Amino acid sequence: MNRRETLKLLGVGALSGTALVAGCKPEDKKEVKTADPEFTYDRAKEELMREKELLAQEKFFSEAEMLTITILADIIIPKDEVSGSASEAKVPDFIEFIVKDMPSHQVPMRGGLRWLDIQCLNRFEKPFRECSDKQQIELIDMIAYPNKAKPEMSQGVAFFNRMRNLVASGFYTSEMGVADIGYAGNTPNQWNGVPEEVLKQYKVAYTEKELKECVKFDG
Amino acid sequence: MQIKKQTKKYDVVIVGSGAGGGMAAYTLANAGLKVCLLEAGAMYDPQKNITQLKNPWESPRRGASTKFRPFGDFDACYYGWDVEGEPYTKAPGTEWDWWRARMLGGRTNHWGRISLRFGPKDFKRKSVDGLGEDWPISYDDIKPFYDRVDKLIGIFGTNEGLEDHPDGFFLPPPKPRLHELFIKKAAGVSGVKVIPSRLSILTKKINDDRGVCFYCGQCNRNCSMAKADFSSTNVLIYPALATGNIDIVANAMAREVLTNEEGLAIGVSYINKDDMMEYQVMGRTVILAASACETSRLLLNSKSKRHPNGLANSSGVVGRYLHDSTGAAMGGVLPQLFDRKRYNEDGVGGMHIYSPWWLDNKKLDFPRGYHIEYWGGMSQPAYGFGGGIEGLNGKFAVRGVQKEAGGYGKSLKEDYRYFYGASVGMAGRGEAIPLYDNRCEIDPNVVDKFGIPVLKFNVKWSEHEILQAKHMKETFDEMMHNMGAVVTWGGDYNKENNYGLESPGKIIHEAGTARMGNSPKTSALNKYNQAHDCKNLFVVDGAAFTSQADKNITWTILALSMRASEYIIAEMKKQNL
Repeated sequence: MNRRETLKLLGVGALSGTALVAGCKPEDKKEVKTADPEFTYDRAKEELMREKELLAQEKFFSEAEMLTITILADIIIPKDEVSGSASEAKVPDFIEFIVKDMPSHQVPMRGGLRWLDIQCLNRFEKPFRECSDKQQIELIDMIAYPNKAKPEMSQGVAFFNRMRNLVASGFYTSEMGVADIGYAGNTPNQWNGVPEEVLKQYKVAYTEKELKECVKFDG
Repeated sequence: MQIKKQTKKYDVVIVGSGAGGGMAAYTLANAGLKVCLLEAGAMYDPQKNITQLKNPWESPRRGASTKFRPFGDFDACYYGWDVEGEPYTKAPGTEWDWWRARMLGGRTNHWGRISLRFGPKDFKRKSVDGLGEDWPISYDDIKPFYDRVDKLIGIFGTNEGLEDHPDGFFLPPPKPRLHELFIKKAAGVSGVKVIPSRLSILTKKINDDRGVCFYCGQCNRNCSMAKADFSSTNVLIYPALATGNIDIVANAMAREVLTNEEGLAIGVSYINKDDMMEYQVMGRTVILAASACETSRLLLNSKSKRHPNGLANSSGVVGRYLHDSTGAAMGGVLPQLFDRKRYNEDGVGGMHIYSPWWLDNKKLDFPRGYHIEYWGGMSQPAYGFGGGIEGLNGKFAVRGVQKEAGGYGKSLKEDYRYFYGASVGMAGRGEAIPLYDNRCEIDPNVVDKFGIPVLKFNVKWSEHEILQAKHMKETFDEMMHNMGAVVTWGGDYNKENNYGLESPGKIIHEAGTARMGNSPKTSALNKYNQAHDCKNLFVVDGAAFTSQADKNITWTILALSMRASEYIIAEMKKQNL
């Protein structure tokens, strides 16, 4: 994905559009009007107040940081034959939201991104986002494997672990990610026990007692 | 500032709307008594305030917890460990985590629905091992009420004929899930008993007001769609409202129980959180069910000439004997479940099997038992999904290929798929000994934002609980080994970390702070949950418990509240109240 394509993906949220375009620049802050956030599920009064506050906040990450986050997210979860990429699942927007919701992510994320850029500047004379694909992967390979990374890269390993975890959280809780992982629930059904072929695969069976006393459904 | 007195005089004023308060309101309103129900939290109607069957992407934080929902963004219970403007304190060197639901129905809106009767010995533990105190009632006194609670509310399980895990009126249980079949086998090797779980979830229809479980596994979100699990709101309060005999005052933070010259309760004073005004509501009888610690706080703050030590506290036991269930847990992965076939195994909300206490403490180095709860399998993804995969994917060959830990890209996506649904875990929930020195008392220096003096906790585990946790962990380790599981957390237990014993309060089964007993010198309540010192004051939450067995306490709260409520009705008929 080139830079322009990546930028197109920014700024369109899983949340309401009004909220995410709010407060791009500090000077816009006073004019921002935030609509009441809409939720499909129950929110108590105090919760709604906090949700509104969160959405009214200006963006935490700069455009440059978001670009780096997007590139990293797509390196971690690229499109494959089963599902799309992290940015297609709007994972960068999730990361922007979650660092506001959980401020403990803020310093490690900001600092980690900066650490990455400094590493690239020293090696390639460019920040990470402007490095070639090959250079980016060269750097990522130094921090993506905790057990073989060099000791001097340990801060990068910690950052990449956090990034990997956040991207997995964002991706596998998206509609695309849930379909990818194959979670088949969250829908009314009748639990009739482990499917017959699965019982056979694992060479297990229900006891007579269980078959007699447990709830069962025909068909 | 003025105090507004409600003109309507009630037969009963109830503080708190969870299991105890809900059952009292239901029983009394159906008997035709006029009831005022005060709730410190917000109004809540599971038919309108819905989180059930939502997808993770509908939450901007993908189901992660917040201060308002510590058990996740879709959990039905709001508030918990940290309530704004309502602090509590702890004596130095002691621990207590205090859960406070702030909503109609309280924590029954999200609880685990584990509904266990106490057994005959559970009421007479002192007679068995010399520790703690016997209850003033026996299993025979409470059995008829357990029976009626079973039928009124609905519960699944099986009659196993186990003396201290009594039979009941059970609906059929669901069949075990795949990992539960492995657990059963592993437990068998270690001699650990496993039977179908006993949860208050309807696997069959019991009446026209409620539906049947449709197996979404989301009881913690409260069953808005079918009312197929027990919550005080769905099953007791809203049905009781239909009698027309209940007025609910939400956002009403009780300040104290009001008493007259003779020392009898006449009503309750409270702050309305919406307008921040002071109110009083009057009743012939007052029932406290604000949760064990809030109830004892209310009693201790209700001082008067007749009750200088706090109400119902001439014995000095109010706030004392505070105890929670013990808890220790372990989790891991089952390699045989890697790359497993996908299907819907949500099942009911919670485990389909559990282990009631199976050993004889006389042969062990700790006096009381515990039960084991289990989990695992293919659950709905939420925030934290796949977390820490770098600690997992280097340890196992993925589809025959040994990879370096960590990584990224298509290979990593394959790993997430490969490991999904292979987790397994277990937790012990045990009985602690209620000790006189384990207590909450009024902090002389701190008030909450309403000006109400707050609780100061002073609780420490004793050797009994620590040794019990050690036994739990050793048992879990053995069972995990038996089924070929690889322990990924909870495996680091030793003397220094109390063998992984959770800090007290964490299991949210607090009880004992206004205990029942035959002697007014050593207990706050008599055998009908009635204050020794004040005949028209009753306590029907966990505070009344003399001890709490190795069973979750809700079913016993419900049975005792029903029993106390019927006693009140009978006493009112006799003009004793």
